[in-house]
Amino acid sequence: MTDTENKSIGYYLRTHIREYGMVVALVAILAFFQVVTDGIMLKPVNLTNLFLQNSYIIIMAVGMLLVIVGGNIDLSVGSVVGFIGALAAVMIVHWDLPTVFVVPACLVVGAIIGAAQGYWVAYWRIPSFIVTLAGMLVFKGLTLALLGGASVGPFPDSFQAMSSGFLPDLMGGLFEGRFNVFSMTLGVALAALLPILGLRSRAKQAKFAAVDEPMAVFVTQHAVAGLAILFVTYLLSTYRGLPNILIIMAVLIAIFTFITNSTTLGRRIYALGGNEKAAKLSGINTKRLTFFTFANMGMLAALAGLVFAARLNTATPKAGLAFELDVIAAVFIGGASMSGGVGKVIGAVVGALIMGVMNNGMSIVGVGIDWQQVIKGLVLLAAVIFDVYNKNKA
Amino acid sequence: MDTILEMKNITKTFPGVKALDDVSLKVERGEIHALCGENGAGKSTLMKVLSGVYPHGTYDGDILYDGGVQEFKDIRDSEDRGIIIIHQELALVPLLSIAENIFLGNEVAENGIVNWPATFARTGELLSKVGLKENPATLVTNIGVGKQQLVEIAKALSKKVKLLILDEPTASLQENDSQKLLDLLLEFKAQGITSILISHKLNEINRVADRITVIRDGKAISTLDARGGQITEDDIVKDMVGRDMANRYPERTPNIGEKKLMEVRNWSATHPLHPERKVVDNVNIDVAAGEVVGIAGLMGAGRTELAMSIFGKSYGTEISGEVLINGAPVDVSTVEKAIAAGLAYVTEDRKEMGLILDESITTNITLANLGGVSEHGVLNEGAERSVAEDYRQKINIRTPNVEQKVVNLSGGNQQKVVLSKWLFAAPEVLILDEPTRGIDVGAKYEIYTIINQLAADGKGVIMISSEMPELLGMCDRIYVMNEGEIKGQLAAKDASQEAIMRMILKA
Repeated sequence: MTDTENKSIGYYLRTHIREYGMVVALVAILAFFQVVTDGIMLKPVNLTNLFLQNSYIIIMAVGMLLVIVGGNIDLSVGSVVGFIGALAAVMIVHWDLPTVFVVPACLVVGAIIGAAQGYWVAYWRIPSFIVTLAGMLVFKGLTLALLGGASVGPFPDSFQAMSSGFLPDLMGGLFEGRFNVFSMTLGVALAALLPILGLRSRAKQAKFAAVDEPMAVFVTQHAVAGLAILFVTYLLSTYRGLPNILIIMAVLIAIFTFITNSTTLGRRIYALGGNEKAAKLSGINTKRLTFFTFANMGMLAALAGLVFAARLNTATPKAGLAFELDVIAAVFIGGASMSGGVGKVIGAVVGALIMGVMNNGMSIVGVGIDWQQVIKGLVLLAAVIFDVYNKNKA
Repeated sequence: MDTILEMKNITKTFPGVKALDDVSLKVERGEIHALCGENGAGKSTLMKVLSGVYPHGTYDGDILYDGGVQEFKDIRDSEDRGIIIIHQELALVPLLSIAENIFLGNEVAENGIVNWPATFARTGELLSKVGLKENPATLVTNIGVGKQQLVEIAKALSKKVKLLILDEPTASLQENDSQKLLDLLLEFKAQGITSILISHKLNEINRVADRITVIRDGKAISTLDARGGQITEDDIVKDMVGRDMANRYPERTPNIGEKKLMEVRNWSATHPLHPERKVVDNVNIDVAAGEVVGIAGLMGAGRTELAMSIFGKSYGTEISGEVLINGAPVDVSTVEKAIAAGLAYVTEDRKEMGLILDESITTNITLANLGGVSEHGVLNEGAERSVAEDYRQKINIRTPNVEQKVVNLSGGNQQKVVLSKWLFAAPEVLILDEPTRGIDVGAKYEIYTIINQLAADGKGVIMISSEMPELLGMCDRIYVMNEGEIKGQLAAKDASQEAIMRMILKA
């Protein structure tokens, strides 16, 4: 390796310290709990639980990222989770409506809730903090009203499957014992697909200009990601296979990564958050975009609400309480900027996982809920201080 | 008379620009000293050096004040010595009362507890000194700009001012308010307070100033003694604008189309917050293909407001009038439609309104025409980069690569990115608002070359600039605008800075 190449790798890592820093932090936290829990952390059953427990946070973090990148915030998502769970329970348990109808209907209702809040933010320029704070109270109240103060459940299997089901082993019986070959195959396929896509986009870039990501970084990054995917799917395959919810999450992450990175829609949202005046004077319909980010957030909050209700197998008035804080924390830990225009989908996901792993690990170790909150709060603060420090240094 | 202030050989550089170049200024005790110069000449920078906004050590040269060399660390430091500056943009808190504003940061208090009766009593005294009949408890937002200006002055008086600096105090005032303010300055003079007055209004300067220092391009050009009444406005104007214009503008042979490419008819717009103020008043302008048309005027003349209200109604309310392109009326009610109609507007303030500073050059260049680098809403990254790369070479954006964030570029290169963005949107008519503000001479020349190229390609260019030599060097025709109205137009061959200034000042 030549000297200049060394320098450029150093430079690249320095300028991208935030992105890698968070992944390194996640791995370090995982390793730490793996040691202090005597290996319980990465047991297949615990890993499976980890995904199930955090799925609704991750789903909402993806939508919240768009809202925050657009320069707003949505405080109502926790209440919407509760409200949609209650709505689904009432529709299914009280009215006997089929799951195939209830799920899309609830998603539509969620989108309408988001749109209703987005309307005031986008077209009336009412601060999102206030609009969604009002939404938070309104939907908390409506949840209570809908449930009559009591829990409603249980749900039929078809509804529960969304959250607690696993991908069936289509290649079952290839191996004796409990190993899910199909899940493993999917993992291998994904691990192989990512570097191929990566290489293709590098080749495309190289056609027009020098690729700024050094090859060594690219290889290391994909090797680590590939190994992580293989490792996780292997562990999950030795238990019950890939949870349905993991597939839903993976698809959502893929869709929103694509939207933010590769579509004009995503580009415009970043422009809106980066400099609203400049975006507007470049012919971008900033109002419609803001409206969209809220409608989208509402729909994802509804999805999270369904997942959460399905997981508990009941709709309770307390569902969704304070979820918005976890979701917003995840997005900021993941590197988004309060002022908008900065943040990545994958960062928000890593942020949510860091929070999730800490919750899970601390519970296993037996740290009380009191100290868990203290530690999580400090981690959020530390992550953002790290951000600001890096920015000032640059 | 003795000298209260002497600034010796002050040089102040910003990255890429020498804002002040070896400027010396001598102010005598008890006089009203006027500072004149075009926008961007360096007057405000000089006053910021004096008042400690740019602290000691960030500039070269010495400040001798009240008998000793001063090394002000910040504004407080200079205020403690009796130098008070009143900025063009008033620094009042709108939702606090007059009394609270006057004693803000300097409260009449003991152990942190405010003595309100004393505050109001002293405010009353100060207000009567400046001739303002208002209740000290009135909120600042509820009084007019003229009165707010007086509150600022009362605030200065509360600090035992020795040297009062006023940066264009009458720019936003009505005629009679201006007169009152000038009378007040004369009264202060009688009380022994020294003033430095920055103003564009030469008739006002002639009325009150004892001596006049003219600054041009960061250099002190002359100090004129106005006490004898020998100085005419023409003398001042000559010093303000008289500079060597050779070779500062690239050669161009105009090839102007016969027909009008764009016409704006009876265009009016109202201030968004003050519905009684017509900021653009029945304006008619036009531009032909291949023509560069200038709009001259002072700050606040309504030029930017005119441009922005045309470009997708981005400014003002109650906008009325018609825009025609190639003789046919077009819809410019949103920015999107204005762009589709063939317009582009390069904003005056590139950092606030033109660029997304934390994004790359590529992202900024394609922003106004994302359709050109995408299919079905999916961006083609390769095409994007090649577009950016293309402009980087074509108009010489100096950067290691096009993935560089624009915040890291110099002013001139940032401006080239903004221009690239609009060139890529392929408009018919470009409105350029202060296209060379705050960029150095070399980059200016390059921007001029681009403008000439656009005209040669048959585009119509409307250029708003406060630098008159630039308009004279670049334009085929110049409109003169003041107080929201077009006061007249001059063909390039008849235009001179004096003629433009006269057309403005006539009003």
